[in-house]
Amino acid sequence: MIRKIGPIVGLGFVFVLFLSLFSGLSAYFQAPPEATAEEEFHKHPKKLHLASDGPLGHFDRQQLQRGFQVYKEVCAACHGLKLVAFRDLAALGYEEPEIKAIANQWLTEVPSVNPDTGEVASRKAVPSDRFPSPYANDTAARAANNNAYPPDLSLMTKARHNGPAYVHSLLTGYEAQQPAELLKKFPAAKTSPGLYYNPYFANLNIAMPPPITSDGQVTYADGTMATVDQMSADVSAFLTWTAEPKLENRHRWGLVVLTFLLFATILGYLSYRNIWASAKRKVAPVGPLDPANMARREEAKDERGIAG
Amino acid sequence: MSFAWATPYEPKSDLARWFDDRLPLPRLVHGAVGGGYPVPRNLNYAWNFGVLAGIFLMIQIVTGIVLAMHYYASADGAFNSVEHIMRDVNGGWMLRYAHANGASFFFIVVYIHIFRGLFYASYKAPRELIWMLGLVIYLLMMATAFMGYVLPWGQMSYWGAQVITGFFSAIPLVGEPIRVWLLGGFVPDQAALTRFFSLHYLMPFVIAGVVILHIWSLHIPGSSNPTGVDVKTEKDTLPFHPFYTAKDGWFAGFFLLLYCAILFFAPNALGHPDNYIPANGLSTPAHIVPEWYFLPFYAILKSFTVDFIMPAKLWGVIAMFGSILLLFFLSWLDRSPVRSGHYRPVFKRFFWILVIDVFVLGWAGGSTPTPAVVAISQIATAYYFAHFLIILPLIAKFERPMPLPSSITASVLHGENEESAPYGLAKTAPVAAV
Amino acid sequence: MATLEEPQVANGPDANVADGGVRRRDFINIAAVSFAGVGAAAIVLPLVNQMSPSADVLALASTEIDISKIAPGQAIKTTWQKQPVFVRNLMPAEIAAAKKVPLSELRDPQSLSERTKPGKENWLITMGVCTHLGCIPLGTGEGENRGEFGGYFCPCHGSHYDTAARIRKGPAPTNLLVPEYAFTSDTVVTIG
Repeated sequence: MIRKIGPIVGLGFVFVLFLSLFSGLSAYFQAPPEATAEEEFHKHPKKLHLASDGPLGHFDRQQLQRGFQVYKEVCAACHGLKLVAFRDLAALGYEEPEIKAIANQWLTEVPSVNPDTGEVASRKAVPSDRFPSPYANDTAARAANNNAYPPDLSLMTKARHNGPAYVHSLLTGYEAQQPAELLKKFPAAKTSPGLYYNPYFANLNIAMPPPITSDGQVTYADGTMATVDQMSADVSAFLTWTAEPKLENRHRWGLVVLTFLLFATILGYLSYRNIWASAKRKVAPVGPLDPANMARREEAKDERGIAG
Repeated sequence: MSFAWATPYEPKSDLARWFDDRLPLPRLVHGAVGGGYPVPRNLNYAWNFGVLAGIFLMIQIVTGIVLAMHYYASADGAFNSVEHIMRDVNGGWMLRYAHANGASFFFIVVYIHIFRGLFYASYKAPRELIWMLGLVIYLLMMATAFMGYVLPWGQMSYWGAQVITGFFSAIPLVGEPIRVWLLGGFVPDQAALTRFFSLHYLMPFVIAGVVILHIWSLHIPGSSNPTGVDVKTEKDTLPFHPFYTAKDGWFAGFFLLLYCAILFFAPNALGHPDNYIPANGLSTPAHIVPEWYFLPFYAILKSFTVDFIMPAKLWGVIAMFGSILLLFFLSWLDRSPVRSGHYRPVFKRFFWILVIDVFVLGWAGGSTPTPAVVAISQIATAYYFAHFLIILPLIAKFERPMPLPSSITASVLHGENEESAPYGLAKTAPVAAV
Repeated sequence: MATLEEPQVANGPDANVADGGVRRRDFINIAAVSFAGVGAAAIVLPLVNQMSPSADVLALASTEIDISKIAPGQAIKTTWQKQPVFVRNLMPAEIAAAKKVPLSELRDPQSLSERTKPGKENWLITMGVCTHLGCIPLGTGEGENRGEFGGYFCPCHGSHYDTAARIRKGPAPTNLLVPEYAFTSDTVVTIG
């Protein structure tokens, strides 16, 4: 019964699928879909080499400190880092008193309650606090930024495909003028006032003005030359750390575990062969196509031919 | 067990005897995985994946229980609780990555296990119920994985929940009320999150129960083998312990090596970056895609673009569920008297076309639905249904299978005196015994 | 003429007992199983460790208290590791009364100097948890009952603590616990 109903059901599905296929193909050939501005002019991120790349990647603490400085002086005014606590900065090489000072002098204070009057108040941050958000809430953030919400940066490099490279390309990829070709083909994609053209951004026009505009915008404590590219790379490295602070731990344990498992597997395999040695077939696995057997088959055929 | 020559259980110590007299658990273990369970001697590595699936189920349960000690099922706090696990909980990053990648590996193992069943026709009598219980396990796994993916409450969690619960509204009349009932609201929100957490915690134990039934029903006829020829004598089998405990053990080590390589060095490779963005009901991601193990079904869903009696959306939903449900009937669709694909050359070719087809469906499900991709997925979906519902019954009827070896022992010997060739080499006529 | 050779079926390693007792070939099996066992045991460690306090909880393990606003004779109630802490600025009369008590009279003999920091005898910092069954004693606030010995009084079962927060009367077995603390400056105390 099933063998009768089955093919009927199958033919039913196949039929509807061919209807869909046919209608799709005819729609395509009648009115081929037009390319969009995003498809043609969006650029994939440039390659960025960081110390954290690859299975043996680690963090370059100097670079992370520089990146933190860029975040503090350029980005923190608008972008939060709410998943990171001040105490986590110890991983960058800062000492406890330095961290206390960073927390205490942070540009925003932590929301709290006045213990005497009960009114909403704020207090200076301590190391156990997480980075306070620059805005009280989403609405305030939008109101201050032309209805665009500056996203929190804690996970930015994991929340975008090829994150670290994306951040670096975005920061260095602003173009003052849109390409003439773009304006000709897609006049609707003209950058409206309040937006800025950046081909590395998915929608090509981003609400954030170029944040890193000139060399020397930040003066690095360790004396490194602060070019736009350097600052962008450093802050990308810093954001790679904020997104994955346990990266070095993970790589180290990975090596330990894989080495152990390699040994365990090899020992296991040898033990398996040992145990199965007694059960393997005693005849060598020689099949009919083996030359020795082929020869014998030829002989047998000849004998039969001779015999009758 | 089912074979007369199975070694009976002999308690090795007084304590063992005392225990076994009161609760025959040692006896049960001996008969199930010990020296008392005879297994065909010619199993290849495709037979390792059942035990491997059990191992990954165990990994998921242990890591899941431990993660639940720190996870917080609130729409406001869930995302932050997962980041708390990643950053502050001791070893939390490892547990989270173990659980997320464990789900992927559980599906990889189960898919290989299923395709073993398809090639060697393990679904044929007397093993039909094992096959169907396996499909029940698979459906439960899919539900568990879907609900688990919602818990971090990222963008993909939220929108994936929207899409999947949206399927139900395709059902005429009762669809929308069912959808609202499932969610406890009009969109995925607090109510949906807490009930998904509760069910996600429960389902793996239901899976474990069905796995026990699955193994129990397997142990009645015993394992099949690559020739598909039944076990006839003691020479055809080996006791599970130590032969297959050793083989399963080393291969598990190897597979765990692959698992740990991904876990420690590419833990986000199988995931989607959008799930690192907190859920926002007012902002739809550019491309909503489920996790990779659901992609073939996603492609089937999106292939139906034309209304025909029923709306296209309903066709898609029915086809998506139908693609799994039809597998329940496989034993009756494929009536060939020969089990193993090694002796069925026509079947073998179509089997490999099916494998390619499933990969194509997976690729299509994850790609942006341009007209070309949609056309390809429509052809691939059509082949999928045709394969099981039309092609297999026809092959079973008209194919001329190769001769089978007389027994497992005979095929293992590869002697040319046998009636048939060792598998894969039947190109010459049998030689008359001299 | 090929003959059918029977495979030598050995259903176990017993067939290979060359020498009596431990079979040399089994060492590899023992080694493999031991390795797997070590691995299985090692996995337990992170599973147990994850239950220990996480980094954010440990960060709150020590608290700083500003004592500049506490006048002599006053006390405040604050928290440390989510438990109440009493910080009292003892008056000279209270210090004298505490020192006058002979240690033999005390259920839990401790002198005032053992319970305070040298040079800062007037600062009595103790947990605000009665050592009987855990209630929070009265005595920190204005007008609260300070018991018969002028220190703290626990209303639950009537434990009386003296000016050095030592148990004098009632069911509590020991004095109010003095936590680990240090003066990081004249006006700031770090507990924990």
